Amino acid sequence: MKVVVCVKQIPDPNTTGQLDPQTHLLKRDGVEVVMDPGDEFGVEAGLKLVEAQGGEVTVVSMGPERGLDAVRKALAMGAAKGILISDDALRGSDALTTARVLAEAIKREGFDLVITATESTDGYTGVVPQAIAELLDVPAVTFAKSVECDGSTLKVQRQTEAGHDVVEASLPAVVSVTAGVNEPRYPSLKGIMGAKSKPLDRLSPSDLGLDGQGGASAGQSITAVQPAPERAAGEIVKDEGDAAKRVADFLASKKVI
Amino acid sequence: MTEARRAAPPFSATDPYLLDDQLSDDERLVRDTVRAFVRDRVLPTIGEHFEKGTFPRELMAEVAELGLLGMHLKGHGCAGTSATAYGVACEEMEAGDSAVRSFISVQGSLAMFPIWKFGSDEQKERWLPQMAAGKVIGCFGLTEPDAGSDPATMRTHARRDGDDWILDGTKMWITNGSIADIAVIWANTDSGIRGFIVERGMRGFGARDVTRKLSLRASVTSELTLEGVRVPNGSMLPEVSGLRGPLSCLTEARFGIAWGTMGAARACFEAARDYSMQRRAFGKPIASFQLTQEKLVDMATALLHGRLVAHRLGVLKDSRGVTPEQVSIAKRSNVRIAIDIARTARTVLGANGITLEYPVVRHMNNLESVLTYEGTEEVHTLVIGKAITGEDAFS
Repeated sequence: MKVVVCVKQIPDPNTTGQLDPQTHLLKRDGVEVVMDPGDEFGVEAGLKLVEAQGGEVTVVSMGPERGLDAVRKALAMGAAKGILISDDALRGSDALTTARVLAEAIKREGFDLVITATESTDGYTGVVPQAIAELLDVPAVTFAKSVECDGSTLKVQRQTEAGHDVVEASLPAVVSVTAGVNEPRYPSLKGIMGAKSKPLDRLSPSDLGLDGQGGASAGQSITAVQPAPERAAGEIVKDEGDAAKRVADFLASKKVI
Repeated sequence: MTEARRAAPPFSATDPYLLDDQLSDDERLVRDTVRAFVRDRVLPTIGEHFEKGTFPRELMAEVAELGLLGMHLKGHGCAGTSATAYGVACEEMEAGDSAVRSFISVQGSLAMFPIWKFGSDEQKERWLPQMAAGKVIGCFGLTEPDAGSDPATMRTHARRDGDDWILDGTKMWITNGSIADIAVIWANTDSGIRGFIVERGMRGFGARDVTRKLSLRASVTSELTLEGVRVPNGSMLPEVSGLRGPLSCLTEARFGIAWGTMGAARACFEAARDYSMQRRAFGKPIASFQLTQEKLVDMATALLHGRLVAHRLGVLKDSRGVTPEQVSIAKRSNVRIAIDIARTARTVLGANGITLEYPVVRHMNNLESVLTYEGTEEVHTLVIGKAITGEDAFS
């Protein structure tokens, strides 16, 4: 089975991200960057599937040169091949452009199953997985909290507000996995040493026939950003005999219970 | 100026000179991996292990799976990383606790290294893959109750008896002693000091833990007794005789200590910095007081100095090799830096600094052992003094 996992290198989410005041883009230079923690679950899910079914995992990433670190980490975890699409013209790409680039790279590579996180931990658009599926013309199975695959059919538990739905799709397909779908392994030191000799394709948009798709020609532009408003003070429930009910009603209105 | 300078990255208190930029991609990934492991798996329980005086044995299978055991050795199931990567791993492990760093130091540098360097092909094949996989735990027997800094006076001896050797003696302060499956025992023979691989369960071989320790409490420290232990000639390390054998192992391990102590120091510094920014006195954070800032600046500068030494030593070891004297300078200096940082950090935390809620007093107590083991501060001083003056203060 050929599994492709999308990964992204992002500013360490444990640090406070800074926006460039001119471009309104997240500053990625001079900050600690890590593989998006959400993507570690995708890599682990892919590795588990090929360990059970045979086949191999290819990781694909679009981003600055430093994105190579995320690809290398996935290779050290056990992926067989890496692809990095990097080009200055892609800086500031929107979700659709990102999906187009990734989809072309995935198509070129060939796949039975594409695994992604549900969304990136820096951009949070949450639409790239579905867009990739649409561009590849395969089913998108999203928010999977468990993934099973017998090599021809994908079966997942899809996270819902109430619990989960069981969803099946035939391959090829795209699946997005939630955090907690598994416990990502650490790259082993032998894996780290071995990653250097694994194949790594470095592509530009023109290699994918996507010239002129970059950030400058993106279908959206960020015109302004504003800090999130301060949170309003919470409501204090004073018990006049009905406090429990009011708290419960409040939680129910927020769909917490 | 013809070339635009790259924008300066934000100031990093723990790496102001961007030393980590000198690491290779592999070495950075080793750093990140071990750091994540320590954060996720070691730190949540290490305080409790320290308090109870128990070794975190449950983590050792994962440590082996990561490939940390004998990581810098080539072949025989070992990862074969650079010496610098080994140093980085020691730094991150000791940011957790000196006990877990000691475990990998002893397994990799003191038990596996002599077999890898001085062992026969049979010994290497038999032991190293299993030791790299954590299935066989090793320890290193050199120090004795009455022979520490002067190992040449060791009483443990081995005599030939037909095709075998008979070992008698006592070894003391042996890390991993009672949990070890094999011990590399150094013993006097008619032809000088030789190393022997002694297996757990051999008749006459026993281990008893040292209890009531107030330092390295999450590490196993034992006394080994050898009473007429019969080992086959094939258990003797064939390729070395004399003190050069054990001392070369110690040079390996001390290299890791020079790095490891910087992990403990960093953990203490970070705890002090974070605490000083949260804790308020006289209406403002104590970090705003000049005396506290001076402490933080002194700690950060000392940490930088120690890390510079460790990184340079790593570059030297990977490029041309290091001498025992070069390693002595780093071991002596960096343990002292770490212990001073730990003590200063303790004062920043005030009374909280003595509790296991924070890592500081645990590191501070551990470093008392690190100051003494693998060559006391005094012995390293005299090793360096001899290198500087040509005068041997030992004799």
